[in-house]
Amino acid sequence: MIETKSLPTQYATQPGAIQTSSGKTLRTDEMIINMGPQHPSTHGVLRLEIVVDGEIIVDVIPHIGYLHRCFEKHAEHMTNYQQLIPYCDRLDYCAAINDEHSYVLAVERLLKIELPERVEYIRVIMAELQRIASHLIAVGTFGIDAGAFTPFLYAFHERELILDLFEMTCGARLLYNYFWIGGLSHDIPPQFVDKAKQFCKYFKPRIKEFNDLLTYNEIFVKRTANVGVLPKDVAINYASSGPMLRGSGINWDLRRDDPYSVYHKLQWEPQIGKGEMGTVGDVWDRHIVRMREMEMSVSIIEQALAALPEGNVQAAIPKRIRPEAGEVYARTETPRGELGFYVISDGSGTPYRVKGRAPTFVNLSVLPEISRGAMIADLVLIAGSVDIVLGQVDR
Amino acid sequence: MEALQDLGFWGTLLVTVVLCALPMVFVLLYALVTIYMEMKVAAHVQDRLAYMRTGWHGVLQPIADFIKLLQKEDIISTAADRKLFILAPYIVFVGTYGGYAAIPFTSIFIGANIDLGAFFIIAISSLVVVGILMAGWASNNKWSIFGAVRSAAQMVSYEIPTALAILVGVMITGSLNLQDMTKFQAGGIQDWVVFGGPLPLLQKLFIMPFTIITFSILFVASLAEVNRTPFDLPEAESELVQGFFTEYSGMRWALFYVAEYANMFLVSAVAVAVFLGGWGSPFGAALSGPIWGFFWFVLKGMALVFLQIWLRWTLPRLRVDQLMYTSWKVLIPFLFVCIIAVGLILVL
Amino acid sequence: MTAEEILNSLKARFGEAIVEAKLDAPQPWIVVDPARTKEIAFFLRDEPSLQFDYMMCLSGVDYNNGKLGIVYHLFSMVHKHKIVLKAFCTKEQPHIQSVAAVWATANWHEREVFDMYGIVIDEHPDLRRILLPYDWEGHPLRKDYKVPEFYNGIKVPY
Repeated sequence: MIETKSLPTQYATQPGAIQTSSGKTLRTDEMIINMGPQHPSTHGVLRLEIVVDGEIIVDVIPHIGYLHRCFEKHAEHMTNYQQLIPYCDRLDYCAAINDEHSYVLAVERLLKIELPERVEYIRVIMAELQRIASHLIAVGTFGIDAGAFTPFLYAFHERELILDLFEMTCGARLLYNYFWIGGLSHDIPPQFVDKAKQFCKYFKPRIKEFNDLLTYNEIFVKRTANVGVLPKDVAINYASSGPMLRGSGINWDLRRDDPYSVYHKLQWEPQIGKGEMGTVGDVWDRHIVRMREMEMSVSIIEQALAALPEGNVQAAIPKRIRPEAGEVYARTETPRGELGFYVISDGSGTPYRVKGRAPTFVNLSVLPEISRGAMIADLVLIAGSVDIVLGQVDR
Repeated sequence: MEALQDLGFWGTLLVTVVLCALPMVFVLLYALVTIYMEMKVAAHVQDRLAYMRTGWHGVLQPIADFIKLLQKEDIISTAADRKLFILAPYIVFVGTYGGYAAIPFTSIFIGANIDLGAFFIIAISSLVVVGILMAGWASNNKWSIFGAVRSAAQMVSYEIPTALAILVGVMITGSLNLQDMTKFQAGGIQDWVVFGGPLPLLQKLFIMPFTIITFSILFVASLAEVNRTPFDLPEAESELVQGFFTEYSGMRWALFYVAEYANMFLVSAVAVAVFLGGWGSPFGAALSGPIWGFFWFVLKGMALVFLQIWLRWTLPRLRVDQLMYTSWKVLIPFLFVCIIAVGLILVL
Repeated sequence: MTAEEILNSLKARFGEAIVEAKLDAPQPWIVVDPARTKEIAFFLRDEPSLQFDYMMCLSGVDYNNGKLGIVYHLFSMVHKHKIVLKAFCTKEQPHIQSVAAVWATANWHEREVFDMYGIVIDEHPDLRRILLPYDWEGHPLRKDYKVPEFYNGIKVPY
């Protein structure tokens, strides 16, 4: 384990011993509490075993595996690569399109096929729409963790509009099976472009309203500033990615730094946490990174809609998907971080090995490091800021 | 009450019981209305509609909830401390309901015209702390203990700002008797203590900022007394499921719930009686009288309750150490300043 | 640095611990001795010209001829180069040294490899199952895995 330097906390009491004014030491006892698999706030079936001294956390031991659905074993029994795409959807069910994108990218690199421009642009539009939808869930449920029940419903109101766009295109609201290897399952309907433009125009002021209600609220800032600080070197050593990494001030975004699709043709910038309300890398920074990424996604969608070329989205779909023997690791930037698929092919139509490297699985391992010394109320917020989706953690 | 002395023992007993039960009827009716109001206000703040099907726009829903709670199974876990577990909701309710004895509902009805009315209310509502601790401990559940201990710390700390704020009102009106305080402010909205009381104009202008600040602090402290957001850490749903009443179900839970609403109205009623003119009409002599008085009192109380509900669904919650910090290092110093200022202005 | 340069600096330092390499694949890989992965990993992380400070992925593989292995995908945030390391072992001797001391993220990944493949990770700080219940028997992702009939009285296949 690396040595963590003491992370900034504002608590005067150190766990274990309280000094009285007469010079005696009162020994306090530690208690083990279970924030069990069923809990309103662990965002799924996650079990956190917390060792507490009073309200201050001494250690957190996460236990996962309650949602393990044997994704990798299923992958080895598929009859073809295409069949695995609905399974990839269900890894991170809040951001299904981004899961599909990563897997489809890996297989296309194995097959070495060239995609039509239109497919790439539509993929970017869908991926960014899904990023907004996923971040809305993240910030909405984060508000509930902090006690603000209302922003959650406002976020879901906006999400409905995005889900309508998806339903219009591929018929599904949550789990799509839309990105196919070499193309898409359906082309976008004629009214999609107008409705998407309408959505973009409608959504920007709503982000501002959300910020006014939650992000810059005095009580919320007090709860989240200087809490759960993730220093830069710890973040890199723990291979964090996504808003967790960017919230700690590291300028790193896979869409720009390990480019795929047509992101390099559009004008956008990764959003980084700057420690505006507290320390760099605290919970507020991760939250504001997510809010600003939503604005950036709207801008990307508008540019992509304007530059959308004509073409046939199913032109490059191969009739039989038989990559030659080899292996590839491909990664994309999902709303929660870097989702990587390591695909080994043995030359037949069935994948030999598919490993999904889930961002939340990796981000969650940082949780014990950043929550020592915090209070239980803070642990809920820190776990919320990691943005856990158990489907991804357990696969 | 003196006129009824000659009814004999049973007669006086009957009359006393009936008079004691009147606030209970009020509390139960008010609870039904407030449950509906909370539901609807929450829904409209959150951009949705609440129940629309039970009765017109869901007005019969609280009754449906009540019937559902009546027929629930009474579960007490085997490892729980039975006596304390059963006793806790009653103590919490008694602590709250005892305060209703000294509330001046209208000019001709007050349960007990105690000369120490305000003091009595603050004292008896501290009983709630005992009940909450009992509930948390007897549940034999670590999360309940957390909630109970946090709640005890919170309520004890916030009684001090409440008492100090009422003290400002007492200084201006000159009496601890709530009925006298209300009569002192009769004369219209300009005579309310929150706007300085019936004092000469110059004094009033100086006192007004301090009384307005004191009233706001009283409102905030009373939010903490009733465990409402932003101070609802003891029942923080996100952390502790339901805090100290996690293990309670059915009618016992309903009793806690009604006690919480009763407490909300109690602290609102005290704020109204001390600062907002009690049952006095805002127009002075117009629209006043015993029945009108009751109407004005309930209207003002419900306005404050509405404000409490509105805040619950808007603001996030404070962490427990920030809560303590707010009480001891922010509210109490402000109140000391207000007390000294008001005292000086009244003397000079 | 290209894969060839990385291989050369590894060979210069560790000699026989580098077993083989395949540099003409789209993502070239280097096979290392399973008992010395930690030193090699420290070198890869700390050497100024290499600085592989970000471990993207760690996966277990069953090569279906009695051979198991772990594949490490490494990346350098500083130099922006990637490399793949592989370490093989057999089913009879399933031991590979841990790199959890080098990259803290390897902790959970290696637990998952142990859980799914049964490769015992030597010197791991906390080796226990992660995704399956702690008292599960068998290692599911092996190619010859048979689903158990019962688990604690519950019938498993349905």
